Amino acid sequence: MIEIRFHGRGGQGAVVASNLLAMAAFREGKDVQAFPYFGVERRGAPVTAFTKLDDKPVRIKSQIYEPDHVIVMDASLLKAVDVTQGLKAGGLVLINTDKKPQEVHGIKGKIATVDATAIAVKHGLGSREAPIVNTAILGAFAKATGIVKIESLVESILDSAPAKKDENAEAAKEAYESVLMGGE
Amino acid sequence: MVKKVITGNYASSYGAKLARAQVIAAYPITPQTSVVEKIAEFVASGEMEAQYIKVESEHSAMAACITASQTGARTFTATSAHGLTLMHEMLIWASGARTPVLMTNVNRAMAPPWSVWADHLDSVAQRDTGWIQYYCESNQEVLDTIITAYKVGESRDVLLPSFLTLDAFYLSHTYETVDIPDQDEVDKFLPSFDPPYKFDVEDPHLFGSLSFPHQFYMEWRYQISLSMEKAREKILETEAEFKKIFGRSHGGLLDTYRCDDAEVVLIAAGTMASTIREVVDWYRDKGVKVGLARLRVFRPFPVKEVRELAESVDVIGVLDRSYSFGYGGAFFAETAGALYNVPDKPLIKNYVVGIGGRDVTPDTVSGILNNAISLKDKGELDQEIEWIELKEGGD
Repeated sequence: MIEIRFHGRGGQGAVVASNLLAMAAFREGKDVQAFPYFGVERRGAPVTAFTKLDDKPVRIKSQIYEPDHVIVMDASLLKAVDVTQGLKAGGLVLINTDKKPQEVHGIKGKIATVDATAIAVKHGLGSREAPIVNTAILGAFAKATGIVKIESLVESILDSAPAKKDENAEAAKEAYESVLMGGE
Repeated sequence: MVKKVITGNYASSYGAKLARAQVIAAYPITPQTSVVEKIAEFVASGEMEAQYIKVESEHSAMAACITASQTGARTFTATSAHGLTLMHEMLIWASGARTPVLMTNVNRAMAPPWSVWADHLDSVAQRDTGWIQYYCESNQEVLDTIITAYKVGESRDVLLPSFLTLDAFYLSHTYETVDIPDQDEVDKFLPSFDPPYKFDVEDPHLFGSLSFPHQFYMEWRYQISLSMEKAREKILETEAEFKKIFGRSHGGLLDTYRCDDAEVVLIAAGTMASTIREVVDWYRDKGVKVGLARLRVFRPFPVKEVRELAESVDVIGVLDRSYSFGYGGAFFAETAGALYNVPDKPLIKNYVVGIGGRDVTPDTVSGILNNAISLKDKGELDQEIEWIELKEGGD
């Protein structure tokens, strides 16, 4: 089973991101589970969401405590939340930031970065002040981990994104091309 | 048939649509609201032909469903926690009036303190209302149970209301793969509702009349009791029929997993059962004989099934996600009650777990299994009732 934990802020689309990733994996024949932790979200407050995928049925119905990978949709969360808590050895931390991976300090392990905010703004997703970065960061995640193909992700976005399907698909593709991989 | 990745709440909405529910009356409450929001979309777009009644409370929602059912309409509503408990009076009315209303209840904790998270107290507290109660483990089971529960409840042998429950967030807001059957297949399986008596101006009857103590009140209640007994067989029969057409079933009243030669068995309901399945496999891989008996139907209680299970088991651990202050969780008390009059009872222990949405993890389950196995080795209980994973200072 592969377990992915999303850290975002209310309004960035973390919950939808966890669903879209699950739907992309489902298109590739995986069994999936995606869920938020849990309810009563407020705009701007830290939000956590989870995606599990496996070749066999996903049966454990509890939160993810030891994720294989972590996605951080807002770099300011690095100061507020222990995003790498329980992260498995070799796991990736993908961060939405305009910095290069080697410029991100205080995070142990493999880091990748993408400027999902700039990509979202460019494609008119959300507002400049509150961009919706979820589809961009998923495109970056597809490239950085290879867990889902960009084609499956784009199909899921075109099928199930709540709004601006084409713009979201383009954002995912652009982030796929522009993600930066760091070392260990 | 089409497979989709949807939430448990949406699985409810699709179930109600496929069952061709004709009257929906509902009031919003977290975490149920998206069930009836989706149905409102179906009705507004014309995908679903139904009357959608917006009401001012859950009590009114149930009253509307009961009276609509008495006209011969198939009715559906959904609620949770405080909404369900506000309906309590009308729930008893629904079974007394013999109206096979169907409801989705998202299992949520009761305040105070406020909590919108998973807990079974809301529905367990409706034990004596005369409703058939199903506890679901997966989103697929939610959809399938709506279709089968209508058939059970509307059968003339039964004519009783039913609700199915989903754990808050663990199913209600969790996306899983769900096989959505074709409408014509469901139509073949589920005939339209045809009650023996209904409101009809051409053929008037008196409904809900007064009964003096020397008249028929007691016999009326006895007949409900007989119908609830008949529901057992009907549930099994209907599930077998469903399986023939759709290729799936969900375990009848007590859904046993690796219990055949088990020495220690956990009884649990809802989503924690799914986690227990996984952990049971880990123990079995090490040669430890443990099993799961998922309490899928709480009313009628699977007395026969629990007794059969107990014949070969040394320890039964009953997990309750609710508590009856004063003595034990209800699933525990009912299990112990069902076994009192049989010889050679296993040890029975109550584990109170997951209250107010506290996460039930594989580690939680392992801790309980290890304790239950130690009881088998010692041949006696350490304590009869134990609250699991209380925080330090919780007492």
